[in-house]
Amino acid sequence: MALDADWAERWVRRTADAVADAKGELTELDRQIGDGDHGENLHRGFQAVVARLDDEASGRDAQDERTVGDVLKLVATTLMSTVGGASGPLYGTAYLRAAKVSGRPQIDPPAVVAVLEAALEGVSSRGKATVGEKTMVDAWQAAVDAAEAAANDGGSEVDVLRAAAEAADKASTATIPLVATKGRASYLGERSAGHEDPGARSTALVLGAAIAAALSGPPPADPRSAA
Amino acid sequence: MTARVALVLVSHSAELARGVAELAGQMAPDVLIRGVGGGPDGGLGTSLDAVQEAFTEVLAELADAAGGSSADPAGGVVVLGDLGSSVLTVEAVLELDESLAEHVALARAPFVEGAVAAAVTAHGGADRAAVLESANASVRMFAAIEAAQSPEPAEATSAEESQTSRTVTVRNPLGLHARPAALVSRKVAELGGSVTIDGVDASSVLQLMALGATQGREVRVEATGERAAEAVATVVDMIASGFGEV
Repeated sequence: MALDADWAERWVRRTADAVADAKGELTELDRQIGDGDHGENLHRGFQAVVARLDDEASGRDAQDERTVGDVLKLVATTLMSTVGGASGPLYGTAYLRAAKVSGRPQIDPPAVVAVLEAALEGVSSRGKATVGEKTMVDAWQAAVDAAEAAANDGGSEVDVLRAAAEAADKASTATIPLVATKGRASYLGERSAGHEDPGARSTALVLGAAIAAALSGPPPADPRSAA
Repeated sequence: MTARVALVLVSHSAELARGVAELAGQMAPDVLIRGVGGGPDGGLGTSLDAVQEAFTEVLAELADAAGGSSADPAGGVVVLGDLGSSVLTVEAVLELDESLAEHVALARAPFVEGAVAAAVTAHGGADRAAVLESANASVRMFAAIEAAQSPEPAEATSAEESQTSRTVTVRNPLGLHARPAALVSRKVAELGGSVTIDGVDASSVLQLMALGATQGREVRVEATGERAAEAVATVVDMIASGFGEV
């Protein structure tokens, strides 16, 4: 199936639902090794994104062609303005860079890889983090590697997204034994080992929503009922 | 007269931002200083919109002060952030809005010390690069003070340069606190050349404050360079006058 702006919107709405469901879990993870606001902050941000998508939908002419990048740009600016913690500018930059490489109505498998790479680059350059430092970069990097391999094997959009989501999920779990050397958790040093990184977990949620949105297909009628 | 470089101080806390702006402002009254802090919900955090608005407003005020022309020529804004996400937010704003990025420079400096040093430098009319450097240099302040106070004699200055040295007793009750330190450092920067007070760089407001020179303490003022004698005399007179506080 084609990954278009409607898919991007379903992706974002599903992310908002996933974050709402996992809010408690994310906050608990962050309470153990951070400042305990990751779940609340992301939830607030994605609720604001959904509200803006609703606003936009009511004002948009059905004939207007949106690009995937249009949707991702809206997510970027909204998250940056509403999240408040470090995850606002980090995720905001990820979506912003992703938007810059997806300014077209549909994206094919190589373009999906490019979107993920741009997001990874945004997170790692903004956070000045690299793989293995127990941050969301661990999950993004694993997702990009897996997506690239799937695309090189001639996989479809769905194959690429599935590979990315599964890899991010595994990579997030793999942060548990690590000692954090970047981000708030690094203040804890050795004591950060034994806990999963909340940013890596939320990245896995985001990418899980991307494949779910691709599999669910376009909703029958009102896009606002999609979820 | 408004200095051509303004400061924006971004903190997680609105009160902290306001407080540091007040402190730095007291030492550099001609500099436009704006504190911005707190998250979108009003609690601790940083708000991208508030930061972006602060940059826009401050740049507009600078342009107004410059007589309505579109200011900059090497002026603009130097911004400091406190812990983590304030800095990330500033970087995100500058990535989103390239028209702001042209006129705004982000310092990598301790929040309070960097703000004070930058404000004093901006007050002297310095350009954006110099104000940025002043803020960034504040990170080295502690090492510089330790070196000056270590019992080992500093490397003997070669005699070929004209060097002048005099001692003077601090007279005003509060000693070389913030305001006098700012006056001295601004004057030294204006005179040029190298001036030290008890071994610390007298053009650095931070190092002067850290000396903790209180009333009754005798300090040694030294200078090298062509106008060494004039510089020493000027600084000695300032200290001897008690900064109008006696």
